[in-house]
Amino acid sequence: MKLTSEQVKKVSKLANLPLTPEEEEKYSEQLSKVLSYIEQLNKVDTSLGDEPTSDVEPTFNVTGESNVMSEDETGECLTQEDALLNAPKVKNNMFETKGVFEE
Amino acid sequence: MNDLTLLTLTETIEAINSKKFSEEELNLAYLNKISKLNPKINSFLEIQKNSRGIPAAIKDAILTKGIKTTAGSKILSNFLPPYSATVIEKLLQQGVSVIGKTNCDEFTMGSSGENSAFGPTKNPWNLNKVPGGSSSGSAAAVAADLCAFALGTDTGGSIRQPASLCGIVGLKPSYGRVSRYGTIAMASSFDQIGPMTKSVADARLVLEWISGGDKYDANCRKEKFTGKSGGLETGIKGLKIGIPKEYFGKGLDSGVEKVIKEAIKKLEELGAEIVEVSLPNSEYAIAAYYILVPSEISSNYARFDGIRFGGTRENFGQEVKRRIMLGTYSLSSGYYDDYYAKAAKVRTLIKQDFEKAFEKCDVIVGPVSPTVAWDFGAKTDDPLAMYLADVYTVPANIAGITGLSVPCGFAEGLPVGLQILGKQWDEETVLNAGEAYEQATEWRKEKPKI
Repeated sequence: MKLTSEQVKKVSKLANLPLTPEEEEKYSEQLSKVLSYIEQLNKVDTSLGDEPTSDVEPTFNVTGESNVMSEDETGECLTQEDALLNAPKVKNNMFETKGVFEE
Repeated sequence: MNDLTLLTLTETIEAINSKKFSEEELNLAYLNKISKLNPKINSFLEIQKNSRGIPAAIKDAILTKGIKTTAGSKILSNFLPPYSATVIEKLLQQGVSVIGKTNCDEFTMGSSGENSAFGPTKNPWNLNKVPGGSSSGSAAAVAADLCAFALGTDTGGSIRQPASLCGIVGLKPSYGRVSRYGTIAMASSFDQIGPMTKSVADARLVLEWISGGDKYDANCRKEKFTGKSGGLETGIKGLKIGIPKEYFGKGLDSGVEKVIKEAIKKLEELGAEIVEVSLPNSEYAIAAYYILVPSEISSNYARFDGIRFGGTRENFGQEVKRRIMLGTYSLSSGYYDDYYAKAAKVRTLIKQDFEKAFEKCDVIVGPVSPTVAWDFGAKTDDPLAMYLADVYTVPANIAGITGLSVPCGFAEGLPVGLQILGKQWDEETVLNAGEAYEQATEWRKEKPKI
């Protein structure tokens, strides 16, 4: 599997991850190598033994927990001051960010 | 007075309770040692000058209210957490204090400690060698007696592997045993916090302290771990120990193999029954892991937007960028089924391998790391070589089971750890086996000379 630098550019855009041209070149090579290694997963037979057309269930969580509920009640939470403590830009006691819907 | 820093956590508590020394003397002894040794090994990023409490070193990926927490990343170089992780609140209730925050690979991504934005931690046994990672500072701090115990996090081996390379005890609890609330996530379906200690009894005690339900982590099991320390009274007579042949194949250093085989012989002498088991899909564990984990990373790390906290995204280090790229690629349109969905099915097979093996045995034993600690720089240009350093630790995270690293000897003058894997939620048997081995050998008495 070869990841071209065009593909690296596209993925970096999807990931909102600015890369330098040097990084693009390096990652094209390094990620290609990792992906080639990962290709070996294709060798694994994930079909069910007695039903070759269907696959084993995928695992996304190993605890067996599901739909863990809690009471719907109010409690303590961060103060506005604490929540803004690490914000690079604050305006009127709120996070300041670039406008999304600008005229 | 003797050097207080040489005591284990359980010995320290006993001594304080019987008023052999005060908490102030204890803290002073550790702080003096830190000021002498930390410049050499760089295990602490932040040091707290307390006079009260039992001093614990906390991996810098775990939030501590009002104490700078960077996770080894430039992007969080000025981050002051507005709240503490659940594990920290639980430790404070037990009279523990945070003596410092320990260095780690950036956002816990790495196996050598070299990915920290604040310089690597050095191995106390040999300052030219890596300490392992990603809980590198915690492992080195325990090995050099700079704290009574430490906490680490383990997503693919980050507690067990540095514990092995630094000659200390490290326990990865079953996934869901300890609340993850307030740990900076790497891959949420794998991450687990655990103890890094000077003895197995200490690991048992710390797990008791930090386990138990948490309304802030829905995956956290409600039942608290209550260790009964049955290991010493009953021994391991009749315990069935599984040896997976896949853990003794190509890539295992011959010096490490010799030490591990001697340890297995010792377990047999202690009355354990050795059975051969097979984990046929474990050879695919690293491949599946490097799809699943980067995929979770690419989603988790979207939160670093530079708006609410932290710097901007170009400040991520190289390994973090690589993993975000890899995960984004494997989740992107047209590749999802080939990569993520396939890897999640292989995860099922690896989990089933362990379930089948544990029908034949109580614990599984093998090496933690295929080699002892290596030279700085040896793997930094080859990400795949670095990933393969975790070949024996990753399967436990994929299956969600528990695993312990306990010191079992030396190869080339560097520590080797014995890995003891247990069934999901069965930390008890793993700790009993580890403690029986530890007490029957003298390895715990070996200390690095720095």
